[in-house]
Amino acid sequence: MEKYKMHILVCGGTGCRASASEAIQNNLQDAIAAKGLEDEVQVVMTGCFGFCEKGPIVKILPDNTFYVEVKPEDAEELIEEHIIKGRKVMRLLYVDPENKEVISDSKHMGFYKKQIRIALRNCGFINPENVDEYIARDGYAALGKCLAEMTPQTVIDEIKESGLRGRGGGGFPTGLKWEFAAKNEADQKYVVCNADEGDPGAFMDRSILEGDPHSVLEAMAICGYTMGADKGLIYIRAEYPLAITRLKVAIKQAREYGLLGNDILGSGFNFDVEMRYGAGAFVCGEETALIHSMEGLRGEPTVKPPFPAESGYNGKPTNVNNVETFANIPVIINKGANWFNKIGSEKAKGTKVFALAGKINNVGLIEVPMGTTLREVIYEIGGGIKDGKKFKAVQTGGPSGGCLTEKHLDTPIDFDNLIAVGSMMGSGGMIVMDEDDCMVSMAKFYLEFTVEESCGKCTPCRIGNKRLHEILHKITLGEGTKEDLDLLRNLSTVIKDTSLCGLGQTSPNPVLSTLDNFYDEYISHVEDHKCAAGQCKALMQYVIDPELCVGCTLCSRNCPVDCISGERKEAHLIDTSKCIKCGACMEKCKFNAISIQ
Amino acid sequence: MAKVKSLADLRRMKEELQSKMDLREKSNDPESLVQIKVAMATCGIASGAKEVMEFLIEETAKRGIKTIVTQTGCMGYCYAEPTIEVKVPGKEPIVFGDVDIKKADQIVEKYIKNGELVDGIIPVNYKTLD
Repeated sequence: MEKYKMHILVCGGTGCRASASEAIQNNLQDAIAAKGLEDEVQVVMTGCFGFCEKGPIVKILPDNTFYVEVKPEDAEELIEEHIIKGRKVMRLLYVDPENKEVISDSKHMGFYKKQIRIALRNCGFINPENVDEYIARDGYAALGKCLAEMTPQTVIDEIKESGLRGRGGGGFPTGLKWEFAAKNEADQKYVVCNADEGDPGAFMDRSILEGDPHSVLEAMAICGYTMGADKGLIYIRAEYPLAITRLKVAIKQAREYGLLGNDILGSGFNFDVEMRYGAGAFVCGEETALIHSMEGLRGEPTVKPPFPAESGYNGKPTNVNNVETFANIPVIINKGANWFNKIGSEKAKGTKVFALAGKINNVGLIEVPMGTTLREVIYEIGGGIKDGKKFKAVQTGGPSGGCLTEKHLDTPIDFDNLIAVGSMMGSGGMIVMDEDDCMVSMAKFYLEFTVEESCGKCTPCRIGNKRLHEILHKITLGEGTKEDLDLLRNLSTVIKDTSLCGLGQTSPNPVLSTLDNFYDEYISHVEDHKCAAGQCKALMQYVIDPELCVGCTLCSRNCPVDCISGERKEAHLIDTSKCIKCGACMEKCKFNAISIQ
Repeated sequence: MAKVKSLADLRRMKEELQSKMDLREKSNDPESLVQIKVAMATCGIASGAKEVMEFLIEETAKRGIKTIVTQTGCMGYCYAEPTIEVKVPGKEPIVFGDVDIKKADQIVEKYIKNGELVDGIIPVNYKTLD
């Protein structure tokens, strides 16, 4: 057996692969072969490290050196310098943006310091396409323990005791959900994994499936054991090709080892998993819509009850859990409910994975204990706002969530606290906005998304959201009135109260929370016809400062619509009625005489 | 692939597979382990550092001492090659010179296991990055 002295981990998440991490892996392998070190150095393609901002990531063990923004052509130097000569390649190490110190070990990086990785425990650590590496890290041990040493009810009790709540956004206690499904008698039951991650900016489920697919398969089998189901279905959107490939590999390997299939580990328990592909509709993340989509029907929600636990897929009892929820299960079984429920806050146990995005320095995937504050996430882990700009708002929970401001930064994040301040956990998207973002346009953007994604079954959602979007659009054009603001609020409340499913019940949240937290900004749009952030084009005006203009004529020569006039060596003037606000004049002016007002 | 037939089978398999992942597990928490760096520049290799390194990796594993052995570049003590740096948790790193297999054995037995000092210590006169 080969005994490697060094391991090189290359990130194989979608983000890093898009930046050529596959080529890096190949070049590393070639360089190693050229030096005859194949038996000493192992190159492993892992799942996402989370630090997508600085990808592609290459980590060298055992000295735990964390290289960032590696390019394929760096491979040879890494082998020559680090592996052979033992010298770290300084230019590829991470530099702390604050004190400019070079950090070689990821453990000392602000991004990783506050994180506790439970759901992401194997991401960026094992090769997701190698079941042996998963087994070496206690993989399938939890399933084995459940089958050999626990009854279905004791497993359910353990999950209940752990305090695990649904990570897809609902926050429903997982153990309770399993118990409902277990209590309903039927000849056939189903376990469904909801991998229809649809929030803009969220990619935690994708990363778990790409980095640690077996943990989800194992948890589904455990769930099947508790409720008496022998069939698992993973509903995944077709636009996650890498996650699909890795799941397929994982299912095949698990079957070959007999960890899926008949008589698992000699226990007599049968369980197998199949994949179902979604076309990427947001509403299909709602469990009833998801089930209909799997049945080949239109992805439309239906009224609950009956809950899926009673009548789900093909009318049979079905338990639907999100990917991240499943990824927590094996750890809870292995380490015990009492280990798990010590992590987190009083009402929410364990950790939550967030996808940090927007105007933040460290874009990426993080996992923190419940109860961590927004400030810690944004400033300590996220490294603060890009380009030293001012923080304005953070949008949590995707299009169904709300915008939180400076005053909410010290709110400990958990399901209830976020709802209390007018937002929600959702699946864990977190989009940070700075002073250049216009809150009205932001609300409009999310409404655009929900209008597009509304299935159209119920009127409040289909028509109400469309009207909301129209009013917001009117405001961004500077044609809104103060009455429109009241109308926005009324309409939002009606949509929330009368929509059939979660999509419509939450879609006005971005409008309501921006109205609550940024009312001034709405007022300045409708009364002064100004957009302070400078995002609403219709409200902007390009103006030439006559003091600064030297009359070089550069602007007028570059204006595509000839709306700038003025004599040579005299101050110029923009005809705002003709101006198309393309910004070409401002770009060309060498004297900073043109500004936006 | 053979089927895994029971929980006992699975556990046995895990034990076997674990050694392959050992290196990765250990580097998760290097501060709690003995860290040995072997100077493996031309001068070191010419004086037998490679054999010493292999000896250290195999022997510490055999003797049940959790150790991370890494190679490093020239430490600058070309007069005393092979040189190794040993960092026992909670202690300052110590550099040993002229380490052949016999000396390496002594270092493992006396210094690492029992905390006794061994001849051949070179005073450290540099700072490392981390």
